[in-house]
Amino acid sequence: MGATVRAEDISAWYGKKLAIRDMNLEMKPNKVTALIGPSGCGKSTFLRCINRMHEVIPAARVGGDMWVGDQNVYSRGVDPVKVRAQTGMVFQRPNPFPTMSIYDNVAAGPRLSGKTRNKKELDALVERSLRRAALWHEVKDRLKEPATGLSGGQQQRICIARALAMEPGVVLLDEPTSALDPIASYKIEELMNDLKEEYTVIIVTHNMQQAARIADFTAFMLAGEDFVGELIEYADTKTIFSTPKDKRTEDYITGRFG
Amino acid sequence: MEPDAAGTVPSAEEVRDTTDPHTATEVPRTHAVTIGRDRSLAVSPAGSIAAWPAEIRQPLREPHPPARSFNVGDRLFSWLTAAFAGLILAVIAVMIATLAWQSRVTIQLYGLSFLYTSTWDPVHNVFGAAPAILGTVYTSLLALLLAAPIGVMVAIFLVEMAPRRVRTSLGFVVELLAAVPSIVYGLWALIVLVPLVRDHIQPPLIDHFGNTPFFSGYPIGLGVFTASLILSIMILPTIASISRDVMLAVPNSQRDAMLALGATRWETTWKVVVPYARSGIIGAIVLALGRAVGETMAVQMVIGNTQSFNLSLFNFGTTMPATIVNQFTEATGETYLSALIELALILMIVTIILNAIARLLVWRVTRVAGS
Ligand SMILES: Nc1ncnc2c1ncn2[C@@H]1O[C@H](COP(=O)(O)OP(=O)(O)O)[C@@H](O)[C@H]1O
Ligand SMILES: [Mg+2]
Repeated sequence: MGATVRAEDISAWYGKKLAIRDMNLEMKPNKVTALIGPSGCGKSTFLRCINRMHEVIPAARVGGDMWVGDQNVYSRGVDPVKVRAQTGMVFQRPNPFPTMSIYDNVAAGPRLSGKTRNKKELDALVERSLRRAALWHEVKDRLKEPATGLSGGQQQRICIARALAMEPGVVLLDEPTSALDPIASYKIEELMNDLKEEYTVIIVTHNMQQAARIADFTAFMLAGEDFVGELIEYADTKTIFSTPKDKRTEDYITGRFG
Repeated sequence: MEPDAAGTVPSAEEVRDTTDPHTATEVPRTHAVTIGRDRSLAVSPAGSIAAWPAEIRQPLREPHPPARSFNVGDRLFSWLTAAFAGLILAVIAVMIATLAWQSRVTIQLYGLSFLYTSTWDPVHNVFGAAPAILGTVYTSLLALLLAAPIGVMVAIFLVEMAPRRVRTSLGFVVELLAAVPSIVYGLWALIVLVPLVRDHIQPPLIDHFGNTPFFSGYPIGLGVFTASLILSIMILPTIASISRDVMLAVPNSQRDAMLALGATRWETTWKVVVPYARSGIIGAIVLALGRAVGETMAVQMVIGNTQSFNLSLFNFGTTMPATIVNQFTEATGETYLSALIELALILMIVTIILNAIARLLVWRVTRVAGS
């Protein structure tokens, strides 16, 4: 069961540079929410604010509140490491750990948190995660082989399995298909549909067709003349693509800029 | 274009299996077009691999020869650079050849036994290199034992913990350390390290561990221990700065992946960064070993220079370069000179091998990041 994610006045800085400003939106459980917008408008930045990955960058700061379920992850005394452990994240380029086997890649998270008590439980969790990532049948006979021997699409699904092994409530994906060929992308897109049954899925994409295909809700972001990204419009996907309220959204989805 | 029937269009993974990995990411466009809203058409079911031709039909024509530059300057330049590269190889070959030629007397006289006999007696013209070789190995390994953990920790601190400004300035200082001439290290060791070791390190060690073979002897200050100590200080910058470069080459996406799983910085460093950079870190250590093996002045100034090998760290000893620098000017007679030059030959071959291994290991990590 996914968790509701609600951003309240989220702003983010890189050093002194303000990157996104006053983002307010609520992302629903068991739905796919897409963040779209031109390059550099702050989609990745916002996504990384959700699981406190933004602060990993030196001098990067966040303002505002982010509610995941009934916890404000930015309230005092919350350990960012725990927040990250409760959220799954998938990145733009497949980044499996090259020194680890397929099995060890998927088991990396559970081993850190020590959530499985023995080998049998871990085996089961790894299998379950790989099945959810629609990869089990392709790799079940080569779990001990290095993950980097797989194709790009398979590597990305390993990364999804690795994130799912945390048994997170929320899965964040940052342009997960932009480095993949169309067939591999298609498989990941198909997977999104299955994932939302159990998680809150939030995906960044700059591919509007992709958003239209897979997202239930779509948020359009744009950086204005001051280069600070803002939320322009947020609605169900159909509305955004057929009857957007904001002129800028319309311009963007009709390909007039970006 | 649509697949004409289920089973004739291979899925992405199958295409990949039958083609070379470099072209594998290029999935034929014709299949790509079929992917769209209608998912039923997109990918054929698994098991269609049989439909994929097992043998690749060769194209009608051979590939054209690679393009040649028609620009005279370009061609001249490429010849010139090749010539210089060749020149460097030639210099190394000539050096090895001359050393081998100049040491032919002892090579013929002793053969391999030069390496494992331990009498070094210029008066009676008997030469065995074992004490120098063992002394070199002993001091170098000991120096590594001290410097490697500290050097790697310094690198980890610089790359993973320190704020950018500290990283730059401290990194600069570390590199300065590497640039200090070895005679300065030697003098400093004589003035500072020798009394320190004699008065504060040797007495307690001898008191407590004097009955082991490693710490027996008298508190003199000079000797193998002090030589290893100064060596470890001298090779520390090599280990630290190269390990740092190698760890900086680890992509941030690797760190992000681990951090996003709920790892601490510390866990990320040990479970992801260090394993990723492992071969490069080993390379840094091997390179430092090469430095230690070839280091001359500082060692010669504090090691005591006796042609004998003893397990005790507090004994005097020698190394190959120390022996050479110590005795070359007074070496009279063909055999004596030949023995010293043969030491140089051994030294050169060992350091070339160590350096080659080290470069290879470092390159294995940095090449990925560089591309
Ligand atoms: N590590 C960083 N340091 C400084 N500025 C950054 C960093 N990452 C992103 N930015 C800046 O923040 C803004 C938003 O970037 P990003 O969130 O990556 O946009 P998007 O994902 O929509 O392409 C951009 O102006 C970008 O230059
Ligand atoms: Mg981005």
